[in-house]
Order: sequence, then structure tokens, then C-alpha cells
Amino acid sequence: MADTVTSVPESFTFLDEVQARTPGESRLLMCIQCGTCGGSCPSGADMQHTPRHIFAMIRADMREEVLSSNTPWYCVSCYYCTVRCPQDVHITDIMYTLKRMAVESRLYDNPAAPDFSKVFINWVENYGRAFELGLMSQHMLRHNPLGVFKMADMGIGMVTKGRMAFTPKRIRGIAGLKQIIAKAKELEVVYE
Amino acid sequence: MNSLRYSYFPGCSLERNAEAYQKSALSIAAPLGLEFQEIDDWNCCGATEYISLHMTASYALIARNLAQAAKGNDTHDLVAPCSACYLNLSKCDKYLRTDADLAEKVNTALAAGGLHYKPGSIRVRHLLDVIMDDVGCPRLQTQVTRPLSGLRVAPYYGCLISRPGLRSEEHNPEYPTALDDLLMCLGAQVVDFPLKTHCCGGHMTQISEGTGFELIRRLVKGAADYQADVIVTVCPMCQLNLDAFQGAMNRYFKTAYHVPVLYFTQMMGLAFGQDAEMLGIGAELVDARPALAKIGVDLPPVAVEGVPKRKRDDKSLPMPKMPKHELGKETVVAREVKS
Repeated sequence: MADTVTSVPESFTFLDEVQARTPGESRLLMCIQCGTCGGSCPSGADMQHTPRHIFAMIRADMREEVLSSNTPWYCVSCYYCTVRCPQDVHITDIMYTLKRMAVESRLYDNPAAPDFSKVFINWVENYGRAFELGLMSQHMLRHNPLGVFKMADMGIGMVTKGRMAFTPKRIRGIAGLKQIIAKAKELEVVYE
Repeated sequence: MNSLRYSYFPGCSLERNAEAYQKSALSIAAPLGLEFQEIDDWNCCGATEYISLHMTASYALIARNLAQAAKGNDTHDLVAPCSACYLNLSKCDKYLRTDADLAEKVNTALAAGGLHYKPGSIRVRHLLDVIMDDVGCPRLQTQVTRPLSGLRVAPYYGCLISRPGLRSEEHNPEYPTALDDLLMCLGAQVVDFPLKTHCCGGHMTQISEGTGFELIRRLVKGAADYQADVIVTVCPMCQLNLDAFQGAMNRYFKTAYHVPVLYFTQMMGLAFGQDAEMLGIGAELVDARPALAKIGVDLPPVAVEGVPKRKRDDKSLPMPKMPKHELGKETVVAREVKS
């Protein structure tokens, strides 16, 4: 990994790391454990821990339990919790931080979601644009081969309606974009 | 009429799966005097995927578009029709303005590609806001030639346009009304839709079927319960989930919902009397024709792909015709002689 690895300072807790790796002010310490987040979450029922629960676990320094929870991967990124939080905690951004940390520590419970992101990113990094057909077919063949048959009518519908491109589009400035991405990855701080 | 000029970020979806959104957006822009200048050589905003694996790089990826807009175009406002692109672009600018450390890193990365972005130099806006705040209802109404009277519509905002506090204060993140107002302006009957800002599930259909389909079911059921003829959306991801996955969701729950999902720009085009095909109508998987027939939009039937199946009936078999036989008479079969 090209990321800059920084050794952990003395008394640097899991909580400190989550806060340091969330852009802007995470306000994680302001959480009053009211549970508005979990109550608002559309996919909360499928989460092993509600966001409120996860925040308490972060404060309790339960690194492994938090990073192996399915919670961040079931976050649909709708920001409902974030706008409703009376303490203005940046919950969705914290979920993204937890995803990144779970991937680095290989603690995620199910590879389907991180792999989906990886395939998506691979197209973007090499072409500069997303490529739906490549993404869907690569992902389904690896994680849901039966889904290819179940989703066949939808796929055929998308193709006959002209809504599926067969080839990816490459931007002109892809070389420059690759340099930008490479530099940004170098600047990312990872604590070990 | 003074023209309103904007930088334009279409986003990957509008290039193909949501081409209907792109077509209809450009089609309604002209009569309203809106001028869109596409950002030169823009790149993907990363959707919700890039930021799941890389933080600094994801902001650099998004910021490249802002830098390209600031460099190539002379307009301060940037309009994005896709809610996910809108959220990413505006959130990126917000964090670059407020997090100096992140801004420095992003600009160091951009410099590697010969670019620079001064935080705050671009104002990112959603297409819906541009239409409602800059054009406004009175000017919209002057264009309406075919009011959507009698059509029951469910105004579906989805999550990303309404949140997270990136729009101006008058937009309520939980119960916005801009799309309701717009549709009323066009003459439609706006039904109550309590789930109007609920999430369509994003990529969840690919990660966890049960979770993804449940979110789609709630929304489609919500609209069906209020007897909506159409769900009107402002986001290509919402359209894809509710429309293209509606059949799979029905199979999963053994339900039989049929609620077509159209873009608000398509509804505007229809009300302006524009040609339905030019607006990309017909590309939706859940057939919108029965609903649109209510406002007098007649569309040709869906073209059958490939060789049509031959219909079989009792006259299908080529049987020889026999003359009537009578008792005591010789029946002569006349033969056709080809000359």
C-alpha cells in the first residue's frame, strides 16, 4: 500500500484514530447515546449493532468488534441519521472511516461489499468513468453467480432499451488523473 | 429573457442508463433560457464506493472536477442533475473549505496532474434547485401547454439531494417541498408521500438482496397506497432501483406492483408539450404508457425485438378445400392449373 504509515503515538486510542481519519470535525465525542440514529436508519434492522451501539463500542476501545461488525457495510449512505442527530455527529462519514479501517485490517465480515467497491474503483482509476456492465458482471460472477439468471430479464430489458453501454469510456486526461490518485494515496495517513 | 449560465456535470449515469434524464434535462433547458456548459473531460465522482476505500484520494478525485470547472468555465455555479454527484461535489467543496489539512493534501495531489482548486470558488447546485430557485414557478407556468391535470404523482426526492445540510436553510432535509411545488405548477395532482426523502438503497441490491429489495418495496408500496400513477424522481440511482429492480423486487416478495418511475425533467417536457420520445420516455422498464394516456400522451406500442411469433389458429394448417359431395354424384376435384 502506498499510504504513509505513521506509528501510533503513546496513548492513541481507537477513538482518536477514528476521529483523526474522518474529514472535518467528526464530533464523535459529542454523542449522547440517544439512539435517534438507529431509530432513523432504513437498514438498521439488518445491522449487528446500531450506530449508537457502535459509537459506545468505539469509546470502549473495542477495535476488533467494531471493525468486524457488519454495521458500516449496511450503511446505505442516506445521511438520515446525520441530519437528525441532535449533537450533529457526522455519522455517515464515520461509517466510511470504519469501512476503510476494516478493509486495511481485513476484519470485515463479508467480502461482497468491499469487493464491489474495489471493482468499481478499478474501472474509475483506469478509465476515469464508471462502467456499469463491467461492474455488474464482474461482481455477480464472483459473489452471486445465480443472480445472473435471476436478473437476466432486467439485464435484457436494460440492453434492449439501450440503457447499458458495452464498452467503457476513457477520459482524455487519464494519465493526469492517475498521477493525482497516486499522489493522494501517498499522502493518506495510516496508523499502525 | 436573460439567460442563466451554469457549468454542467452530467455524471456517468446520464451517459447511458439515465440517458432519458440527460435528454429531458437538455430539452427543457432551452425554452427556460438555461445554458449548460459541460465540464471539459470530467471524471467519475466516485459515487459511494471510492470513499469506502480511500479518503484523501476520493476527495482528490472529486476535486479534479471542481478544478476543471474553475479552470475551463467562466461560471460560478455548477449544476449536477445526479443527486450522488451533487452530494459528492458539494460535500467535497465544503470539507476543503473547513478542513485545511485535507485541502492542502488534495491540492498537493491535484498539482501532480497540473491542477489547482481554490475551495469555495465553485457553488454546486442540484438541477431541481436551479429550476425552482432561479427560474421559478411563474416562468415555468408560461411554458405549460399540456397541463398534467388528473395525473396523480408521488414526488420522490430520495436521500442525497435533501441532506446533509448542504443546501440553503429554507430546504427542509426531512420534508422538502420544492418538487411538490414544481409538479403542482405543471398541473399534476401531488399525492401525499410520507417516504419522499427515504433512501432507495443505493448499491444494496448488489450487496444484500433482502435489504435492497425491502427499501425498494417500501417506496413502491408507499406510492401505490396513495394511488400514484407515477413516481417522479430527481436522481438516476433512485430511478434505476425503483424502475429496473421493481420486477425483481416483485418476484422476491411475491407482489405485483406496477408503478412507473419518471424523471421530473420528463414531466416538465411533457407539460411543455414536447415530444415524449425526445424526452427519453419509453426507456423505463416499468411501462409508463397507461399512466401517460391519462394526460393524452399517446405512445407507440413497445417494438417487439426479433422475429415475431406466428399466431396459430384453426386456419393455420393449409388444408385442401373439397367440394361438397352429394349422394349418387361423382365429386370432381378441380385442380388449379398454373399457366
